[in-house]
Amino acid sequence: MTTPTTPLWEVFIRSRNGLAHKHVGSLHAADATLALQAARDLYTRRGEGTSIWVVPSQAITASDPDDKGMLFEPAESKVYRHPTFYDVPDDVGHM
Amino acid sequence: MPSGSIVTGDAPLLRYVLERADDALVLGHRLSEWCGHGPMMEEDMALSNMGLDLLGQARALYTYGAAVEGAGRTEDDYAYLRDERAYGNLLLVEQPNGDFAVTMVRQFLYAAFMTPYWQAMTSSTDATLAAIAAKAQKESAYHVRHAGEWVMRLGDGTDESRARAQQALDALWPFTGECFMPSTAEQALVASGAVIDPAMLAAAWRETVARVVADATLTLPADTWMQRGGREGRHGEHLGHLLAELQHLQRSHPGATW
Repeated sequence: MTTPTTPLWEVFIRSRNGLAHKHVGSLHAADATLALQAARDLYTRRGEGTSIWVVPSQAITASDPDDKGMLFEPAESKVYRHPTFYDVPDDVGHM
Repeated sequence: MPSGSIVTGDAPLLRYVLERADDALVLGHRLSEWCGHGPMMEEDMALSNMGLDLLGQARALYTYGAAVEGAGRTEDDYAYLRDERAYGNLLLVEQPNGDFAVTMVRQFLYAAFMTPYWQAMTSSTDATLAAIAAKAQKESAYHVRHAGEWVMRLGDGTDESRARAQQALDALWPFTGECFMPSTAEQALVASGAVIDPAMLAAAWRETVARVVADATLTLPADTWMQRGGREGRHGEHLGHLLAELQHLQRSHPGATW
């Protein structure tokens, strides 16, 4: 139910300390305070989160799907950029 | 499970636990009536979440009541097999949902009382009640915040929302006084330190309510005659209908389970 008074918000949840906030979905709310509460009620009901961000959807600048050839295909042929060519010592852990 | 109504013991601790459990069950049931009818999906979920918080509190209290009574009963017996006159909930929580403003103002007025109440009860000399209070206090604190934010927005919103919020506040106000009148069971327990006298929270409650009402640009109702009777089982016309729906299945099909 999008109305002029309830714009769309994107929700990001951090599941554990040390991890990054991850996009989990969107919702409608009148303002930032209610958006944060709605995010809590919609997306943390099963103990998913320790921190919530809400961002107005209109504040996000997205890439154009029509540009995906230009933007992403050039990277596909450059397999040498993947770290699989290097031996990572076990002690380094999660990179 | 017998289909007839049960008669519970009259020990003060049991009676007190059932009174608080009834508050939570009846208000939780009221909120569950919104499920699928919320003004928007986000708020539908928020109302259900608060209802489930209250249902959880009711279950913990009824279960404790069963242990206190020691008559081999379960939480379900208290919820499904007591008649209206045996229910000891506050009149405030049985008031019908009305419009969204009535539901939010009712939630706010109740949670603004229960938050300091549970906070104080964390120091109860009764370890079980203190543990239930510690959990319920956090849930209730969120209810105050959520309902309070809505009261502010409805009051300080459009002419329509403002009129409805003021109407809700005026209509519910006479039911708030009962929160601060200790029941017979409470009076018998205060000296032991197991429960607190709710009257001592009146000032803190009024401060919270006055602040939100001012932010909402609404008018605090004048002091008036306060309704009472819920704790003694003298309810309004609405509780019977609520219980008819809540208890119908167990009364018609005794012992039915999922």
